[in-house]
Amino acid sequence: MMISGAEIVIRCLQEEKVDCVFGYPGGSVLHIYDALFKQDQVKHILVRHEQAAVHAADAYSRSSQRVGVALVTSGPGVTNTVTGIATAYMDSIPMVVLTGQVPSFYIGQDAFQECDTVGITRPCVKHNFLVKDVKDLAVTIKKAFHIASTGRPGPVVVDIPKDITAQMCEFDYPKTIQMRSYNPVVKGHLGQIKKAVQILQEAKRPIIYTGGGVILSDAAEQLTKLAHKLNFPVTNTLMGLGGYPATDKQFIGMLGMHGTFEANNAMHYADVILAIGARFDDRVIGNPEHFAEEKRRVIHIDIDPSSISKRVKVDVPIVGNVQDVLEEIVKLMDSGFKTDPDVANWWKQIDAWRGRESLRYKQSEHIMPQYVMEKLYEVTGGNAFVTSDVGQHQMFAAQYYKFDKPRRWINSGGLGTMGVGLPYGMGVLMANPDAQVACVTGEGSIQMCIQELSTCKQYGFPIKIINLNNGMLGMVRQWQEMFYSKRYSQSYVTSLPDFVKLAEAYGHVGMKIEKPEDVEPALRKAFTEHKDDLVFMDFIIDPVANVFPMVAAGKGLTEMILAEDL
Amino acid sequence: MQRHIISILIENESGALSRVAGLFSARGYNIESLTVAPTEDPSLSRMTILTSGSDEVLEQITKQLNKLVDVVKVVDLSEAAHVERELMLIKVRATGKDREEMKRMADIFRGRIIDVTESTFVIELTGASAKLDSFIAALDAGLILETVRTGVCGIGRGDRILKV
Repeated sequence: MMISGAEIVIRCLQEEKVDCVFGYPGGSVLHIYDALFKQDQVKHILVRHEQAAVHAADAYSRSSQRVGVALVTSGPGVTNTVTGIATAYMDSIPMVVLTGQVPSFYIGQDAFQECDTVGITRPCVKHNFLVKDVKDLAVTIKKAFHIASTGRPGPVVVDIPKDITAQMCEFDYPKTIQMRSYNPVVKGHLGQIKKAVQILQEAKRPIIYTGGGVILSDAAEQLTKLAHKLNFPVTNTLMGLGGYPATDKQFIGMLGMHGTFEANNAMHYADVILAIGARFDDRVIGNPEHFAEEKRRVIHIDIDPSSISKRVKVDVPIVGNVQDVLEEIVKLMDSGFKTDPDVANWWKQIDAWRGRESLRYKQSEHIMPQYVMEKLYEVTGGNAFVTSDVGQHQMFAAQYYKFDKPRRWINSGGLGTMGVGLPYGMGVLMANPDAQVACVTGEGSIQMCIQELSTCKQYGFPIKIINLNNGMLGMVRQWQEMFYSKRYSQSYVTSLPDFVKLAEAYGHVGMKIEKPEDVEPALRKAFTEHKDDLVFMDFIIDPVANVFPMVAAGKGLTEMILAEDL
Repeated sequence: MQRHIISILIENESGALSRVAGLFSARGYNIESLTVAPTEDPSLSRMTILTSGSDEVLEQITKQLNKLVDVVKVVDLSEAAHVERELMLIKVRATGKDREEMKRMADIFRGRIIDVTESTFVIELTGASAKLDSFIAALDAGLILETVRTGVCGIGRGDRILKV
């Protein structure tokens, strides 16, 4: 039976078991929206700005094992998605973005709402396609889902001209797809894995350093099993939080620019680093020359060969899917693996570093942001999905909310995109309808996608917004205080809206919390009495609280600035 | 900083060239020359890029190229025995006594004169890039009107074959 290109798009989504798309209609996608209207298998969430559609689809992926989908129109619809696509790309999030394009016979003629979608998105996608023939449409969408979700995942854009969506064609969705140019490695090389096991056995000061790759390949269980067998300390990157239970005694905290004293020291002085799905980026190892001063052996497991030996020379590279490789290592270890007795001394050293309690902070008459995070953790029993924006609040959440499970910490790590928190909450709730979702944000970030309060009302997303309001672009202010002689250039936010009234104007519940003793009751009220409401909690916090420890840009990992009283 | 010739087999799709060129500019790699044309299998294009960089940079270049979804195969030709050629067309002023001199120079470098007017020659010259450079250096600069070079293309010697 012949069906239209628009119907083919929807049938493809159904075949991929897509239960919802986030989008915004417009001229070039009207046929597709019409096809969407005629069915109820694929739900549509109407956002208020295309950027939010892509962020929400991104969070749908991050918080589940499924591929998020966004649908937008041509021209401005597409350009509005670029920040969201780049955000997903930097964190290797599988996502398919369907974009309308002007009719193919208009392409290149500066038609109304035309832009070079493939050209504009090329540097921030895993791959993109322009569909030129309706006969290629189904197979292209199949390829898009395949590419997005395999190998090192990433966003894929499919640009579909309007005339293609009107043309008629037989629908035949391929079950599998073969591409001669795309065959990502899955299984790690056994010889390399054996080498790695040998080195782990000889390690005297080992550390397991893991990143987003563990989350993406759903390898948290395998990682925990391996770490327990080895009895090695484990540190996570910002993207890796939840890949290893934060309440486990072998966990030594996040590392990097705002990592714990023990994690950064252990990373620096380790003689063997087992790096798993992490990429030694600048926020993690600080100055690479300083990092290279210590002699050590590095084992690196990653699905992407280009991540290996990019910034740090690796001794044993293992290219493969993290989950498969970890299983292989555990299997090899079962036959007579012995940890070096010196590891016990290493633990003593780590415990001494832990004794510095680098996350300790002073209470004041103001609400301390760290305190809000601790209370949020208590009130939600550590079970919430925490979405975050970017800045000081993000670091406080990462440091003080102990993530025991993967896919619960949803933030923009690589690109550092302010404004993601609220749309991320929407994506999480579409993938996990019964979840408790807290959006940790600040008065700067929340205003970057605040219009989505309207979407949240329309679909009843009961997100709890934790606005850590210090009236400052806090992280900018912190850098200006420390490195620019307190010249606070443009970091003070004046004329803030009354967030309580704003929330109410959108039909939500608003609360303003100004005293430390009110923090916990407000949180409890929000998560119980207002369980089904979106609650905007405006916490007026200490305006000058800073994030510590801190490794300043260009400094070595051990050259940390600690809070003054430590 | 070593000179490397990277050969790429890539799906002959629209935009394939810009994916490769974009990768080089986005990551700050050098392109000294780039040539591309379809192979005997029209669904594939072969691209030759002349670049330079340290061993670490070259490792990243080949890894990043391999990561492009359209790229089927990548090889660094300069890692082993290979032959390389470049084609140049050069238009020179050829009047009076220079006319005979130009003919002689073209013969010495085994170039061919492929277009003749009363006052100009177009000379076609093929060889390694260094030979083309020497030819330009050997001519009186004032007589060179225009040059166009294809950039390097190369192929492995003997059994070294780049094929799907």
